[in-house]
Amino acid sequence: MDRHCDGSGVNSASHVRFFQLSHWGATKMTLRKATGVATFAALAMSSTASFAATEINWWHAMGGRLGEVVNEISTKYNASQDACQLTPVYKGNYEETLTAGIAAFRAGEQPNILQVFDAGSATIIGAKGAVVPAEDLLKDAGVEFNIEDYIAGVRYFYADAAGKMIGMPFNSSTPILYYNVEALAKAGVEAPKTWEEFEAIAPKLKAAGYVPLAQSHLPWIFTENFMSRHNLPFATNNNGYDGAKGTKILVNNDAIKMHFTKVKGWLDAELFGYYGTGWGDNQKVFQDGSAAMWLGSSGSFGGLTKSTDFKFSATYLPHWASVSETGTNTFIGGAALFAMSGKPKGENDCVANFYSFLTSADMQYYWHQETGYVPITNAAYELATKDGYYDRVPAAEIGIKQLTLPGGENTKGYRMGFYVQVRDVMNREYGKIFSGEKSVDDAFQTIEDEANKLLARFAKTSN
Amino acid sequence: MKRVQFSHPLMPYMLLLPQLAIVGVFFLWPAAEAIRASFYLEDPFGFGSTFVGLDNFKDVVSASEYSRTAWFTLIFSAAVTFFSLSIALLLAVKADNVIKGASTYRTLLMWVYAIAPPVAGLVGVMLFDQHIGPLNDLAHALGWNMQIGVNYFDTAFAMTVIAVWKQIPINFIFFLSGLQSVPKSVQEAAAVDCRSSSRRFWTVTFPLLAPTSFFLLIINITYALFDTFGIIDLVLKGEPGNNPVTLVYKVFLDGFRGNDLGGSSAQSVILMILVFALTVVQFRMIERRVHYS
Repeated sequence: MDRHCDGSGVNSASHVRFFQLSHWGATKMTLRKATGVATFAALAMSSTASFAATEINWWHAMGGRLGEVVNEISTKYNASQDACQLTPVYKGNYEETLTAGIAAFRAGEQPNILQVFDAGSATIIGAKGAVVPAEDLLKDAGVEFNIEDYIAGVRYFYADAAGKMIGMPFNSSTPILYYNVEALAKAGVEAPKTWEEFEAIAPKLKAAGYVPLAQSHLPWIFTENFMSRHNLPFATNNNGYDGAKGTKILVNNDAIKMHFTKVKGWLDAELFGYYGTGWGDNQKVFQDGSAAMWLGSSGSFGGLTKSTDFKFSATYLPHWASVSETGTNTFIGGAALFAMSGKPKGENDCVANFYSFLTSADMQYYWHQETGYVPITNAAYELATKDGYYDRVPAAEIGIKQLTLPGGENTKGYRMGFYVQVRDVMNREYGKIFSGEKSVDDAFQTIEDEANKLLARFAKTSN
Repeated sequence: MKRVQFSHPLMPYMLLLPQLAIVGVFFLWPAAEAIRASFYLEDPFGFGSTFVGLDNFKDVVSASEYSRTAWFTLIFSAAVTFFSLSIALLLAVKADNVIKGASTYRTLLMWVYAIAPPVAGLVGVMLFDQHIGPLNDLAHALGWNMQIGVNYFDTAFAMTVIAVWKQIPINFIFFLSGLQSVPKSVQEAAAVDCRSSSRRFWTVTFPLLAPTSFFLLIINITYALFDTFGIIDLVLKGEPGNNPVTLVYKVFLDGFRGNDLGGSSAQSVILMILVFALTVVQFRMIERRVHYS
């Protein structure tokens, strides 16, 4: 019955013939979505520009509300004087902005000011000749500069080994503990100062129906600032400041392994929630009231105020009393402004002029209030104090107070190359610890090995 | 053999020049540059570089993650290609049989194709979101503790589903037009000989679809290897963490995110060799079996 079913005998079938595509290797790159916006902004700016003003541009990574504040600052600056015309351009996230800056530099089209984040600072500072140090720029333009004017925690993070300021600190934040006031009251507990205290209160918060704790950035909060909070060395060569050659990471130590063993225990006991590497996924549980406490950036303050409908407050990043009895100051996170080299003196003077505008007490206070980032100068901090800002909003002072806590020899900052990948390795290995794929010991061994390999590779790039 | 005569001997080369220039500038030159860069460790700003021979390749291949990434790429590409082709073929066969309201069905099935890839990716990411995603809720209701971005397998699953979903409509369109070009006379002749419609499909219709299928196979492998980049980027939200990535995405991560030009170039050279091998296999081995007319 089923014979002839093989299609034999069927001979003519007309077909559309398709040709092979020459598609191979054509990897598609995402288009810069910012281009349109930037063009528009440039047009809007130029229409109000006065004639003969020196034009300078500023590539930044501040999206959303932060981007609006950056635009407001630029508008204020342009209105404050006639000689210089500043155009801010949003270039995407931190990594995209740095990459755009590098590509532009290689093509000779670099902006006057490039915003570079903490993890990228070794890359830009390591490239000798890519930037004009902020200190030189200001002095050449005849602007008074005294590094002591900047608050202690901020001063040397973007400086070279000799203490010369290379990048002008801009958006500076530090990890702090936010807590839901109602949640803690319901559980009848106080915000913890140490991890020992956290262990005591976490079961009560769980019993009250909350995820006791979440955090948004494991490498930043539970690694870099873990080192700083406990005054532990993070890398050889003076935490990497003395040069890339021979720098080795010191992340594989007993204190941090003890911490991650504890955190994994908390995760399994549902005393800690982990929602992946996305910042927002972890912040969301605090915002919607399901997590009682959240470790985030002091710069998250402005956003949280707008997005929450419960009373929240903040306190210092907890430390292990067993490792460091009192705890030391934390590192700053965020980003700095770098003046790219290869620009005429007139434009550099405008950048210096803008820097002094930006670091004025009034502007810093404005930036601090609008965003929650810390004021970077002592004068601005005093102004905010005198104005009674911290009496009205005590939580806004936590970040700057934590940065000015007594420090130690390891709390100035760190400088490591290819650090974006080092962070990626950390995130990956921490994910494996949490999913149970790897033991804490194995994960830290991998982090140490791979990070040292990356550091050695980086040292070879700057020959 | 008929020869075309040009008035000037240089004329054919002049006519070829624009195409050759495009190939040279956008393919050969960057490829040569990638090969050169793969032997150096270079400062991203271009100030210094060290010749390191094959060290970049050794570092890439010896990294613990590279084999995991390669395996994921292989499985992911195979799964995306297989499911997007087979589901589209099934839908096309069914839609081909519908007589009443045929155009409505077809339009609905092609619908997703009209959505731009990044938007489709975003929609997919929202459907799978840990906090607000309905598909995530559904999985939890079924007892699957799905956590995209935390669990390696769950993230891989979401990436595959989104990638397949986005690719089905274009495959569907091609399969449907292929099916409709199978002559009625052939189908009727086969129907007289053979009662089993599924056997008729596999022995008569499917071989006649071979040119379409071969074309789609190439398109889909290319898609799974390269064009899923945007979907992966959206699912990962820019932070890879302990999540699966494809080889192409890793080139981007190390080169563009990490500014490791040497390591990234070494990876793209490896990828170039793989793609070259794949192309040879496809056109030498598979195309021979395709019967065009």
